[in-house]
Amino acid sequence: MNAVLSLILSGGAISILVAIPFLAVWVLPHVFGIHLEWLFGIVIPYLAAIIFFVGMIYRVMKWAKSPVPFRIPTTCSQQKSLPWIKYDYVDKIDNPATKLGVWGRMILEVLFFRSLFRNTRLQYGDGQSIKYTSSKWLWLAAMGFHYCFLVILIRHLRFFTEPMPFFVKIIENIDGFFQFFLPVVYQSGLLIGAALTYLLLRRILIPQVRYISLPADYFPLFLILTIAGTGILMRYVLKADVVSIKELTMGLVTFSPMIPEGISVLFYIHLFLVSVLFAYFPFSKLVHMGGVFLSPTRNLSNNSRIVRHINPWNPKVKLHTYEEYEDDFREKMIAAGLPVEKKVAPTEQKE
Amino acid sequence: MAEIPKSWNVPSPDDLVKDADHSPASMGLQKGWMSTPVQIKKGMHCHAALPKRFKALGMPNPRDWSVMDEDWKLPKNWKEIVLDGMKERLGKFRSFQLFMDICVRCGACADKCHYFIGSGDPRNMPVLRAELLRSIYRKNFTLAGKVLGPVAGARDLTYDVLKELWYYLYQCSECRRCSVYCPYGIDTAEITMMGRELTNLLGLNIDWIAGPIDFCYRTGNHMGIQPHAFKEMIDFFVDEIEDYTGVRVEPSFNRKGAEILFVTPSGDVFGDPGTYTAMGYLILFHQLGLDVTWSTYASEGGNFGLFTSNEVMKRLNSKMYAEAKRLGVKWILGGECGHMWRVINQYMGTMNLDIAKGSKMEEPVSPITGTKFENAISTKMVHICEFTADLIKNNKLKLDPSRNDHLKVTFHDSCNPARGMGFFEEPRYVIKNVCNHFYDMPESTIREHTYCCGGGSGLNAGEDMELRMRGGMPRANAVKFVHEKYGVNKLACICAIDRAVLPNLMEYYVPEVDVTGVHEMVANAMVLDGEKEKTVDLRGEPIPGKEDNE
Repeated sequence: MNAVLSLILSGGAISILVAIPFLAVWVLPHVFGIHLEWLFGIVIPYLAAIIFFVGMIYRVMKWAKSPVPFRIPTTCSQQKSLPWIKYDYVDKIDNPATKLGVWGRMILEVLFFRSLFRNTRLQYGDGQSIKYTSSKWLWLAAMGFHYCFLVILIRHLRFFTEPMPFFVKIIENIDGFFQFFLPVVYQSGLLIGAALTYLLLRRILIPQVRYISLPADYFPLFLILTIAGTGILMRYVLKADVVSIKELTMGLVTFSPMIPEGISVLFYIHLFLVSVLFAYFPFSKLVHMGGVFLSPTRNLSNNSRIVRHINPWNPKVKLHTYEEYEDDFREKMIAAGLPVEKKVAPTEQKE
Repeated sequence: MAEIPKSWNVPSPDDLVKDADHSPASMGLQKGWMSTPVQIKKGMHCHAALPKRFKALGMPNPRDWSVMDEDWKLPKNWKEIVLDGMKERLGKFRSFQLFMDICVRCGACADKCHYFIGSGDPRNMPVLRAELLRSIYRKNFTLAGKVLGPVAGARDLTYDVLKELWYYLYQCSECRRCSVYCPYGIDTAEITMMGRELTNLLGLNIDWIAGPIDFCYRTGNHMGIQPHAFKEMIDFFVDEIEDYTGVRVEPSFNRKGAEILFVTPSGDVFGDPGTYTAMGYLILFHQLGLDVTWSTYASEGGNFGLFTSNEVMKRLNSKMYAEAKRLGVKWILGGECGHMWRVINQYMGTMNLDIAKGSKMEEPVSPITGTKFENAISTKMVHICEFTADLIKNNKLKLDPSRNDHLKVTFHDSCNPARGMGFFEEPRYVIKNVCNHFYDMPESTIREHTYCCGGGSGLNAGEDMELRMRGGMPRANAVKFVHEKYGVNKLACICAIDRAVLPNLMEYYVPEVDVTGVHEMVANAMVLDGEKEKTVDLRGEPIPGKEDNE
């Protein structure tokens, strides 16, 4: 596998995924009079949702089933020590000794990507001349992408709720704060595009990152970019029939599915790609969403000298006992004046 | 520039790292790493374990083999052994299962590894080191890997793949620096530890680890020092101390009824400059009149089992509590050592506290200051820097730091106490009280960001000098910086492996800087009862300004 092949494979996969609903919902009815809207509007979304939930539960259960034999937090600050040794709030979070500290650490990690924020970049000069510079771009792009994704997800609740919960309206208002266009342009759409483009470009342009990248790294980027792209097209350019779409989506969540007239093929492409994303999720690296909560180097307190951590499978092992050791060296020990448990008879001792 | 010993087989420092190209054509568009074969290079790996090392511990597949041989003489069903071993460990270690699944290959760890910085070998990027094993995991344990193969980043476990994996598992020093920056806390040390357990199922250990664990199991310490010899060495220190200070210290061994058991890495007893630190301990204990005993049975603080498997680690570690119980001590005091303290902090209580049941051990209390070491209430083992910091804070040591005025000191945070414990302020507090000139290295190279000495996790052998010098480059680079800026001439550390590895590293990159343990400097600054006028330090070297005026 190399970078070019990875890009071609992932790009090809996305093209096929776009072509499938296009052929099924646009070409088939027009050419053969066959209608498959029910498959793409109802069956596949339901299947994807089931795969997502069952798959994620299976994943998390599998992780949870594997025990944590040792307490192995990566300590990133001063330990709790003698009372007069500085142990302030930063230490309490980056090297927690209590559950509260662990909560602090996990909140910072999950909501603000604390570890990524630490990132520095090494600049290699000639030979031994190396320098470190602050490097926050990856952190910024990661934050940008994840929060925009969240905002967009929340905004989409407008299609699945009636009446709309208050926070959806609030998010929409904030997201459309800069009203420079009609319909209101949501910043999240632009930002997620920018963030994804950055993440994609760094993957292609930074040699080290390119070298480690797999098709499984390009594919989700392409997939989410295309989803965002089709969404933006529907909202601003090709103007989808929002009322019909809401009839369909409300039908899905109320378990009385139906296919209204007048929904464009672009919507089916969008919905199909979202379904693919959901179904793909539990089998991909995207499971980091759940995994981060279970990471033993982050979610444990560094208190194993204070409270014994229990290993459920603590193995029974053969030990080399002191008695065996003394048996091996007794005469030498006596000769050297070291105390022993079992004296040998004086006659045996002398040579 | 000092002569570099020929036996090291390395070019001059500038030439060595010149070829470390971090974005070479080999990382180009045409060839991925899976289709780029690995060349095992002399000087970048340690020697294979000798068969005699396998017997006492009962390790599998003892035989004569060599890394450079085509045939590694593996059992016929080696592949099955590895895959079964993986399956077992996926079910026993959440860390392993999780870290196989959640990496997104963001590359934040890529330039954090000292071996990558010094070698430019892409497989030394932590993410790729882990992918070597992950690719096997995907092929055998995931649906996507089984169906899609290389497209899903999966590959078969072949003989060559095994060799590649081995080569890079023994080019990782388990320093955990990458795990500090990973957004999910993926710890390459954890992956390397699992990988090394698997190699040990096939008898693929290196001799520099297999030797020490075999010695430690039988004689009580990594060096294989037998009890009478252990005592002789310490007796030698006693004479030296008397020569230099005029004070005769009286250590005791295997003494029942002592209050405290002292355990330190045997490297401190065996090799310079650790020996001066050992002399420092002896002087400290004597001056305090501490009721402490050494043990020849538990004469090793370090634990190369950590670099072998969790079972071997447990077997070697067990003697500390067993000896504490037999001697009837109240608690254990531990010397300056890196990975020893990771084991004590994160593994010992979990593994072996059962052994201490029914013993006289209790919450550690300093008999000098009355301080309770509440952070060690369960494990009942105290770090000597915690102990000494408490003494200094309570004014129990008479110190004359001007005796160290000729030293300009910097401190190397050893990986394990740094990222497996968070041991930053205690040693610095001690150093600042015994020396007047202390300068930290740049922020990105100390504390949790600290760099490995280049020879951690059992890689401090003589045959892999190139690996050590490459991996030690970032650390040496930072030392050089403070040497040039502040005139630093002493590199202090609290790790026996450091004390074995850093002198070579300094000799190579910054020959003006010398390596010392913290308690060597403590003892040099201590004003002892009944001491003669001090003109030399513990190395027998004249103290500037205090020379004999004859």
